[in-house]
Amino acid sequence: MLKLPIYLDNNATTPLDPRVLEAMMPYLTEVFGNAASRNHPFGWAAEEAVDYARDQIAGLINCDPKEIIFTSGATESDNLAIKGIYEMYAQKGNHIITATTEHKAVLDTCKHIEKIGGKVTYLPVNSEGLIDLAELEAAMTPQTILVSIMFGNNETGTIQPIREIAAIAHKHGALFMTDGTQAVGKIPVDVQADGIDLMAFTAHKMYGPKGVGAMYVRRKNPRVKVTAQMDGGGHERGMRSGTLNVPGIVGLGKACELAKQEMAADAARLSAMRDRLEKELLTLEESYVNGSVERRLPHVANISFKYVEGEGLMMGVKDLAVSSGSACTSASLEPSYVLKALGLSDDLAHSSLRFGLSRFTTDEQIDYAINHVKEAVTKLREMSPLWEMFQDGIDLDKIEWAEH
Amino acid sequence: MAYSDKVIDHYSNPRNVGTLDKNKKSVGTGLVGAPECGDVMRLQIEVDEATNTITDAKFKTFGCGSAIASSSLATEWLKGKTVDEALAIDNMEIVEELALPPVKIHCSVLAEDAIKSAINDYRVKNGMPELEMAKSHH
Repeated sequence: MLKLPIYLDNNATTPLDPRVLEAMMPYLTEVFGNAASRNHPFGWAAEEAVDYARDQIAGLINCDPKEIIFTSGATESDNLAIKGIYEMYAQKGNHIITATTEHKAVLDTCKHIEKIGGKVTYLPVNSEGLIDLAELEAAMTPQTILVSIMFGNNETGTIQPIREIAAIAHKHGALFMTDGTQAVGKIPVDVQADGIDLMAFTAHKMYGPKGVGAMYVRRKNPRVKVTAQMDGGGHERGMRSGTLNVPGIVGLGKACELAKQEMAADAARLSAMRDRLEKELLTLEESYVNGSVERRLPHVANISFKYVEGEGLMMGVKDLAVSSGSACTSASLEPSYVLKALGLSDDLAHSSLRFGLSRFTTDEQIDYAINHVKEAVTKLREMSPLWEMFQDGIDLDKIEWAEH
Repeated sequence: MAYSDKVIDHYSNPRNVGTLDKNKKSVGTGLVGAPECGDVMRLQIEVDEATNTITDAKFKTFGCGSAIASSSLATEWLKGKTVDEALAIDNMEIVEELALPPVKIHCSVLAEDAIKSAINDYRVKNGMPELEMAKSHH
């Protein structure tokens, strides 16, 4: 029997892999020491576990274990990297370049930077969600200290041309940071080959626990330093104080180890499932894929269904846990800023659904999702006066709507 | 957001979805809302001229569950009412019946507007003066 609702919101968070939980359990119970306690075996055991996790993480992203700074999650890592670089490199310049489709953890941090006197360029994206490399190059100035562009987008799955972006940043003497939250553990991320100087990522998007993440900070060519944003015991090479979350870190390490082993097989299976879901849903008239079809995370599909309203659609797909481009559930009517940045009209952004598949998604669940969405869209369109007008060949843009 | 059982019932089993012939003299059509606002309601009534009674009502709505439920409920209430009785339907009656939360009151307002707009269309078609449309809610 299929258990409902079906969880297809894995870009929001993934379930904990039982193998990760198993690795964590001892550190939630008998091995409870503080990794910073140098004077007794309790501390040593914890430190050893943390060091092992650092190795596992370094193995996934091809870095030195010393280059991993543990944090509470990707939001903290994004804040620490951007604010820390801004402070540390104040002598060199005060300009940061990012993109309009970044996560709020980056965008709102950049707004903070502007408030304290920094300059930020927000690059637009094309209809697939990709930045224009020529525009990036043109935006670079001698004062540019950091380029921060996400690896894979959380709403559309669009993967930016990371290596090319890094090359442009470096050519102009700036550092390159990426928010790797959705990409790490899902697709190959190699900080050496990709030219990444700083990277934020988190455990709970790759079958690890919530509340633990990491920031990768390059130590060689060049040696990158960030100013700590929290004062305290000087943990994590002075960049992030606070007692280490040992069970969480062990979980992140195990999640990375599993990702390294299973990524290729997972990606192949999930992209096949995603493609099937997408192909089936696109048989509905007036439905559109949002984002880049060629450059996309393997487990993500974002589709808009014209002439149905977003909140009504969400109510219609109640057997699925998915996200919508509609923010109507809060009193605000503002649709997804990411989809709007791709050039979608408000109504298409509102009527979008984001599907995020996981290691635990089954073909049976996808079959159910396909039928469920098709039924909901069809039913809502039968009820929609806009659909009827469209069918009758009426141009909706030419109607004078009684604004409410 | 949690919807009331009545909203869920109307959303799952909408009453009177459909289209009446808008060219008929006995049919009044109201189209209110706008796509960019996330709600468009079309409500139609068919009136028996002799008795001034609404014999049929149909709706189609593009909108959230509360908007669909408000218009579905409105069509249920309209059938069998005289036009004057229909004019007296107040949006707050819809709010109470469906237990709409404050953020969804606009759905009931839209339904009331749709009723008045349909009646108005019927009146104009049949040579009666236009209604003084209630603007108090806006």
